[in-house]
Amino acid sequence: MSPRVGVVLFPGSNCEMDVQEAVRGLGGDAELLWHGDATVGGVDAVVVPGGFAHGDYLRPGAIARFSPVMAAIQAFAADGGPVVGICNGFQVLTEAGLLPGALQKNRGLKFLCTMATLEVASTDSVLTSACTVGQQLQVPINHFEGNYTCDPETLAALRAEDRVVLRYVGNPNGSMDDIAGVCNESRNVVGLMPHPERAISPLLGSDDGVPLLRSLLAAAGAAAGATVGA
Amino acid sequence: MPEPLHRSLGLTDDEAESIRQILGREPNHLELAMYAVMWSEHCSYKSSRVHLKRLPTEGEGVLVGPGENAGVVDVGDGIAAALRIESHNHPSAIEPYQGAATGAGGILRDIFTMGARPIALMDPLRFGSLDDARSRWIAEGVVSGISGYGNSVGVPTVGGETVFDETYADNPLVNVLCLGLLPKERLVLGQATGVGNLAVLLGSTTGRDGIGGVSVLASAGFGDEESDADKRPSVQVGDPFEEKRLIEACLELLDAGLVVGIQDLGGAGITCATSETASRGGMGMDVDVRAIPLREEGMEPFEIMTSESQERMLAIVEPGGLDQVLAICEKWEIRASVIGKVTDGGALRILDGWDGEVLAEVPAASLHDAAPLYHRPIAAPAGWSEADRRLAGPPMPESVDAGKELLDMLADTSWVSSQYDHQLFLNTVEGPAGDAAVLRLKHPATGADTGRALALTTDGNHRWCAVDPRRGTAMIVAESVLNLAVVGARPVAVVNCLNFGNPEHPEVMWQFSEAVDGMTEACLAFGLPVIGGNVSFYNESRGSDIDPTPVLGVLGVVDRLERRPPGTTLVAGHRLLLVGVTQPELSGSLWARNQGHRGGVLPALDTAVHAAVAGAVRTLVTGGLVSGAHDVSSGGLGLALAEMAVRSGVGVSVARIAGAAELFSESPSRAILAVAPEVLTNVENVLEHAGVPYARIGVAGGDRITVKDLLDLPLAEAVGVWRDRLPHALGEGTVQG
Amino acid sequence: MCESWAMRYSVQVEVRLRPGIADPQGATIERSLPHLGFDGVSEVRVGKMIRFVIDAADEAAAAAEAEDMCRRFLTNPVIEDSEVTVSVLEGAPA
Repeated sequence: MSPRVGVVLFPGSNCEMDVQEAVRGLGGDAELLWHGDATVGGVDAVVVPGGFAHGDYLRPGAIARFSPVMAAIQAFAADGGPVVGICNGFQVLTEAGLLPGALQKNRGLKFLCTMATLEVASTDSVLTSACTVGQQLQVPINHFEGNYTCDPETLAALRAEDRVVLRYVGNPNGSMDDIAGVCNESRNVVGLMPHPERAISPLLGSDDGVPLLRSLLAAAGAAAGATVGA
Repeated sequence: MPEPLHRSLGLTDDEAESIRQILGREPNHLELAMYAVMWSEHCSYKSSRVHLKRLPTEGEGVLVGPGENAGVVDVGDGIAAALRIESHNHPSAIEPYQGAATGAGGILRDIFTMGARPIALMDPLRFGSLDDARSRWIAEGVVSGISGYGNSVGVPTVGGETVFDETYADNPLVNVLCLGLLPKERLVLGQATGVGNLAVLLGSTTGRDGIGGVSVLASAGFGDEESDADKRPSVQVGDPFEEKRLIEACLELLDAGLVVGIQDLGGAGITCATSETASRGGMGMDVDVRAIPLREEGMEPFEIMTSESQERMLAIVEPGGLDQVLAICEKWEIRASVIGKVTDGGALRILDGWDGEVLAEVPAASLHDAAPLYHRPIAAPAGWSEADRRLAGPPMPESVDAGKELLDMLADTSWVSSQYDHQLFLNTVEGPAGDAAVLRLKHPATGADTGRALALTTDGNHRWCAVDPRRGTAMIVAESVLNLAVVGARPVAVVNCLNFGNPEHPEVMWQFSEAVDGMTEACLAFGLPVIGGNVSFYNESRGSDIDPTPVLGVLGVVDRLERRPPGTTLVAGHRLLLVGVTQPELSGSLWARNQGHRGGVLPALDTAVHAAVAGAVRTLVTGGLVSGAHDVSSGGLGLALAEMAVRSGVGVSVARIAGAAELFSESPSRAILAVAPEVLTNVENVLEHAGVPYARIGVAGGDRITVKDLLDLPLAEAVGVWRDRLPHALGEGTVQG
Repeated sequence: MCESWAMRYSVQVEVRLRPGIADPQGATIERSLPHLGFDGVSEVRVGKMIRFVIDAADEAAAAAEAEDMCRRFLTNPVIEDSEVTVSVLEGAPA
């Protein structure tokens, strides 16, 4: 049975169709989770996709974190369910307190849509388990507020606990410690600014997002197996 | 004596008399205001229509031609493509960010009005010279506006143009093209039918923003800065989040079959949407002005009826479906209000409450299509004959330092395109860096991949058109065809955005008429239908008209997408072929303009030769036989080679170029191909078989750009100049990466 | 209207980056000012201002409500703090 991935749809989200296409292309099942429903509908993994939830008004993610679906995602994550926030989804997860830190405006004060080179810093997460440490990946970035920041204690903890999962090679946006993606303490919640779903085919310029999404599907598959077994 | 009301609204005495005859009485203030906006140049095309009729509009696969909100063509597999291009020049001159943002918003509504999901934007942009501080401010603001709105609304901007030239000082050209896809059966038109059906206003509230925008902004030139500041209240403010929800709500309404007709609100606001839908459906409409949700107090009916507040749509629905319509709107948090009822008899009546006073009553069709048509005076400039231009024109300067002259033309525009999301929807196989964008073609309802692709290019060249608007425009059509060929696509449909000066100047009308004829000739020769267009007149500053600037958007189809197109890539050791024949003519070229030369006679365009060149290039590209391909256009062979070199970080060594006139000529029907040595013979066989002339001109490799006897530049220097020109001029402190 | 809300107050919330958090907008403005002839300017910080009107029993209640909004919604405490200013709305009905 294919793992079921729920893709959250807030008003203003725009990468939800792309994530579904990428998941299906790798053999997973994908379905939308409407932000106003207080459930994740029994899926095996949740992706909070990119876009401009609620127009990014006030702050990216600031309004979205109060949507009914977010409480369900909190509970799902607390149960160990795999949750990945991509771009705006990462911003939502930090606002919701599921991940530490915050995303500020890019250093260059410009929106930036370009290919980025990433280096896998940790394979101990639901998004990087199928990669190797030091592996370089070409994955596009597409954001105005992707400049990762946190206080020094948090940064020290992230480093000490091997929770920085992806770093930029040639920092494009000013992120602290070149951070492109981090995970929570239980390593089942990951946020990253780059878009792995945009790197799934040589026709689109890169398929380096595939090992990342395969890692997520594997985690979802494991979750599905656990549910079936229980 | 005070100025008569009709004149202060922008109507002439003759137009006011026509209105009196239509109504058989004196119009009241509200009626006059409605005619003023609908009969404005922007809405009525009163100066251009007599010429636009000459364009070829029919062709295989055309489902909807000009006159609707967007043109629509059948692209196979049950999929239709909706295409439109529009200008937002004057609003962008006054408030660059909001002007450009609302331009993007407007064109998106034109597309989803047809039932199509917008999948791509293109932005051909033209600004004053880079060394002018105000032009740089306009450029920064326009690019930020497109980025801010387009990215947020969730439609990728996959290409466009960025041109700097002093002709656009104080009057930038901000043209926006949108492509949408729909299942053929979802096609819906902007018409109101069925007596008793309801007109539902969707989206934003109505405020005083943009009152009279079409008559104030788009239909008159600009004077000094003080009066520009006076026009500022007319500029609208965009809300991409509202627009995004509006798109999703409207597409859901259409999918549910709840909509009889739908129309966006753009120029002339509710007046335009109600009168056009009623007129197209052959019906009338009662509109309750009190039912329209307002964002300001004390608005007069004429303000409500002519406001250009953004992010609004008018849907015509059956009464029985209203509850479902309201439920879908509530889901997407979209305001929906019944503001009108379809009636028979053809009258548009504006009521103060359903049973209240009749504030205005006019034939809907008279607003829509009874505007006067003007045959404005036309006059060619003095000394126009080709003989005069050959003999009496200024002499072409000599090239002094071809290397420096080449460097002066190099500019990387990724400073612009990297601010746009150009990848959303996972379609973008070739993005802004290519000669044309290439988008995977997936079915808009099922998502099924057709294995084919659509290609899009936008092209304009004011320098060619300043020398010869007719041949210049034909050459632009040809360039578009070749840009598509270079990515492996065949052209299927054209839209145009015609940016010209003051139509009351006979020479401007002559330029316009010539451009229409040039486009007609070329489109007929290439078998291309024109499925839509937009005219922007009064592009002038301080009494000086801009160079004539017709901009084309051309849609192409890649019949089998098996690989990425080669792009402008060079691989060291690969051979360089020049396909086509160079005419050593510099008139109209970027090089000539940079040396201060104007006028002369453009190189000739032979459409049969051009079609053969484009066909052969397309065959080679789709067959995977070339490793790099670039069309030769602005800046000629020299700039095309240099662009390939700097983008790839690979040098070139070229010979057999007779002189600067051959190096920088912009004669049409040429492309550079980079070919691996082992397939060179194959490639040459294909070209010979197609009867297309070509020449081996050199090889890629090394760290210099060398053209024997003409120039020899370090590649690193060229890369630096190319990469830094825009960021440095536009004040970006550091270069990323 | 609820009777216990006797007064209307005008509230201004200034949201600003916390000390020590990098402020690329402020830094860019600070770098630009000398080019325009404004010398001697330092410590430029960019924030935002949110204004609203609130019905509350008294000024302290209005301020408490606004502070709560800031904590839960209007600011991101990881990078921002805020200052609330409350004043009686001029011309408001009692």
